[in-house]
Amino acid sequence: MPDDFLILLRQELLVTALIFILLFIKVGSKERSNESLMILVNLLLLANFLFGFFCDEEGTLFNNMFRTTRLLNLEKNILNLAVLIISMQSWSWLKTHKHLLEFYMLLLSTLLGMFFMISSGNLLMFYLGLELSTIPLAAMANFDLQKRESSEAAMKLIISSAFSSALLLFGISMIYGTTGTLDFSELPAHLTGSDLQIFAFILLLAGFAFKISVVPFHLWTADVYEGAPVAVTSYLSVVSKAAVLFIFISALYTVFKPLADAWYNMLVLLAIITIIIGNLFAIRQNNLKRFLAFSSIAQVGFILIGISGSSQAGTASVVYFILVYVFSNLAAFGVISVVSAVTGKERIDEYKGFYKTNPLLSWVLTIALFSLAGVPPTAGFFGKFFLLMAGAGKGNYWLIAIAALNMIISFYYYLRIVKAIFMDENSQPIPRVSIPFISKVALLICIVGIIFSGVISSLYEYIYSLCSSF
Amino acid sequence: MFLSLLLIVPLLTSIAILLCKGLKQVRTISLLGASTQLILAFDLLIKFWKERSSGNTSTMLFEWDYTWFASFNIHYHIGVDGISVCMILLTAFVVLAGVLVSWKIDTLSKEFFFLLLFLSLGAYGFFISLDLFTLFFFLEVAVIPKYLLIGIWGSGKKEYSAMKLALMLMGGSALVFVGLVGIYFNTDVGNGQHTFNLLEISQMHIPVHIQKIFFPFAFIGFGVFTALFPFHTWVPDGHSSAPTAASMFLAGISMKLGGYGCLRVATFLMPDAAHEYSWIIILLATIAIIYGAFATMMQRDLKYINAYSSVSHCGFVLLGIGMLTQTSITGAVMQMVSHGLMTALFFAAIGMLYNRTHTRMVDQLGGLLKVMPFISTVFVIAGLCSLGLPGLSGFVAEMTVFMGSWQNPDKLYRLATILACASIVVTAVYILRATAKTIMGPVTNAKFTTLGDASWNEKLASGLLIAGIVAIGVAPFWLYQLVTPAAENIIHPLLRIVMK
Repeated sequence: MPDDFLILLRQELLVTALIFILLFIKVGSKERSNESLMILVNLLLLANFLFGFFCDEEGTLFNNMFRTTRLLNLEKNILNLAVLIISMQSWSWLKTHKHLLEFYMLLLSTLLGMFFMISSGNLLMFYLGLELSTIPLAAMANFDLQKRESSEAAMKLIISSAFSSALLLFGISMIYGTTGTLDFSELPAHLTGSDLQIFAFILLLAGFAFKISVVPFHLWTADVYEGAPVAVTSYLSVVSKAAVLFIFISALYTVFKPLADAWYNMLVLLAIITIIIGNLFAIRQNNLKRFLAFSSIAQVGFILIGISGSSQAGTASVVYFILVYVFSNLAAFGVISVVSAVTGKERIDEYKGFYKTNPLLSWVLTIALFSLAGVPPTAGFFGKFFLLMAGAGKGNYWLIAIAALNMIISFYYYLRIVKAIFMDENSQPIPRVSIPFISKVALLICIVGIIFSGVISSLYEYIYSLCSSF
Repeated sequence: MFLSLLLIVPLLTSIAILLCKGLKQVRTISLLGASTQLILAFDLLIKFWKERSSGNTSTMLFEWDYTWFASFNIHYHIGVDGISVCMILLTAFVVLAGVLVSWKIDTLSKEFFFLLLFLSLGAYGFFISLDLFTLFFFLEVAVIPKYLLIGIWGSGKKEYSAMKLALMLMGGSALVFVGLVGIYFNTDVGNGQHTFNLLEISQMHIPVHIQKIFFPFAFIGFGVFTALFPFHTWVPDGHSSAPTAASMFLAGISMKLGGYGCLRVATFLMPDAAHEYSWIIILLATIAIIYGAFATMMQRDLKYINAYSSVSHCGFVLLGIGMLTQTSITGAVMQMVSHGLMTALFFAAIGMLYNRTHTRMVDQLGGLLKVMPFISTVFVIAGLCSLGLPGLSGFVAEMTVFMGSWQNPDKLYRLATILACASIVVTAVYILRATAKTIMGPVTNAKFTTLGDASWNEKLASGLLIAGIVAIGVAPFWLYQLVTPAAENIIHPLLRIVMK
């Protein structure tokens, strides 16, 4: 039993250990320079990421409260990778920050919460993990201590999170009331599709929708993204969204399978309005972070289409798309974070003529945007294609047609930025930005990921084979 | 397997260009890469002939199949028939000529040649694909570089045109995507598996009501690429704003992607629907031919003249496809090749004129034959080919389309054929008028007298394209023999329907 405990819980234990190491450094030692600390932290995160690939045991712990499978393990690896990349990219921002270690402690706490949430086998455990992953996030959003917008973002985040948690808890309590259990493996047998259960499910869905900013529960997203520091914004838009999506899929396909008829239609409806609203609002944005907020809302709409497909193809395409999304979105945020740390510029107008001064960063941003738009040969093309294929599996071609037409709108706004970078004249372009070595490596990882994770099919096939267990 | 070289060579060339230092290296590598493409294309042609003359009559030759995404049954499946070989040859000609014509580009030349060669990768990939996924993949590869090419190196209202072109073509491919997905989920290869394999799908019979739903998506989607009326509006703006090489590529190859797709995907896979809807195609094609011709008459800008006349000429391609007879489809393919070469030559000549005189307005030009005899001659040859002078490729192609169209005894179809024929008169009017005003007469502007004639690279580019045009015009049979068996394969499932 203790062996099992160590093996199955190894990723969570490792993250906990990292938190403690940072805590000891903080408490026990004299002043150290930020740079040496950051090298140490990044090495620890790298070790954490690499360690995730060792031993792929499956099993359950704590009376089914905690379960892990090879797919969950992969999902945790994806999150680890994203955290590592974000940490590397925020080098120039954190270099001068007074509370470096606290930032990483909060970051790792949320990661720990996400791991427990993804691995949960019980609605209470799920709720526990969710709270652990959101509350520190609000503190992180406030990490530009001098900026008022940052505090505003934190306030908005904590209030909307609290609201969505309340919805979730209400839903969970009603599910408990009608079924008498909270265990994922026992729940399906007790779900009959009675009105009260459907109502409870709707509450749960709304709670989820808040977290992954599905229209009409998206209103907090843009303000929070704009106000929070870039590193936190990218964390919010990639890692925290990915984690909730992971548990969302497995909850839908396993726990709420008996209600599939009900949730299918809800999901399709949400997907359509999410894509359309996200796209239409993205057109009008001028702040890059707000812009990416709305474009990420639209991307979630595409993910919902993938989820509406059959379980294996749906799960595989969603997990794969999230991996691709990690690479593409983090590449875009990486560029913004490097530029914003040095010049403080985040508006699209200010990026006019960017190519003349920063050709390398321009290409990275362009490739990232192309991947987000779904242009081949980037991985984003494969990601979107497979999502839509999964969604079309049920014969809902009009849904695919709507999504495909929306892709044209999304091309328009992604190309708008490409146009600003390459074609528009600007008398005062952003001066040449020197990229710290470690951020360069992070951008390189993203670009390699964008170019090769699509064309090389074995990655998708591997994920697909892991998803057969559903 | 050696077909993959057509992808590897452009890919390696474009990567090599990125690694180059200095303009000279970039030019050398691009020229080497483009010439290798042409050599490969000729090598393919010879091998193809040998294979066919040794009695190999299978639909596709040199097939190569590699499972790409097993879970969706997506294959990297390539192979060629006569039509693809023609298209590959055309691409190789235009790309080499394009590289030569852009020799003098000095702003961001590395990026320019990179994008140009990357585009050719998309075109080759599209023409050799036998799997709908790979086909679609390469179709989209060939869209976005055009946005950058026009937006960065273009002239006039380039941002607007580039965006319009990119969005309309993306819209086209979105429609194609829906069509392909619809086809895919209505195939069955056992075990609940579906297939993207073109040849397998053509053997299956997709239910007629399904075909009727998805044929319009596929056909209109590809039609956008080939200026199907009323989705042709990107053509004039895109062509006129693009830099010379990009115009050549757009009109010469990109528009042919659409025609090829209409044939290979829409008509080949969904013959019943093609038969059902052919009257709409013919109607739209006839409108495009006549409307394009008359719109050209009103233009004063040489690039707009050629762009609108492209709308008209690509109408012949769609007319040929819509008539659904073996000869008319052969004619459509020949028209694609002929128009590709001719229009590329035309744009090259206009580009050369513009580089020297800095105007493309017909009114401001005049008497250029005295100043730059070579470029003017090229211009005249392109114009004569466009109006269908016997001995050049335009005549052969249009004649074949008309002959094929006349085989269809229906009154409506006959009327369309007559109208299309009549448009040639209009073509003659605008071509002769433009030629007379720009080339003939006295030199209108004193500044022009000091201008020089074509340089070696421009001469080589024009010579290459003219050689292609004359080769088709004087000896059309080789092209005819190449295309006819392939057209027969496409028409075969249709005959069954007509017999019923």
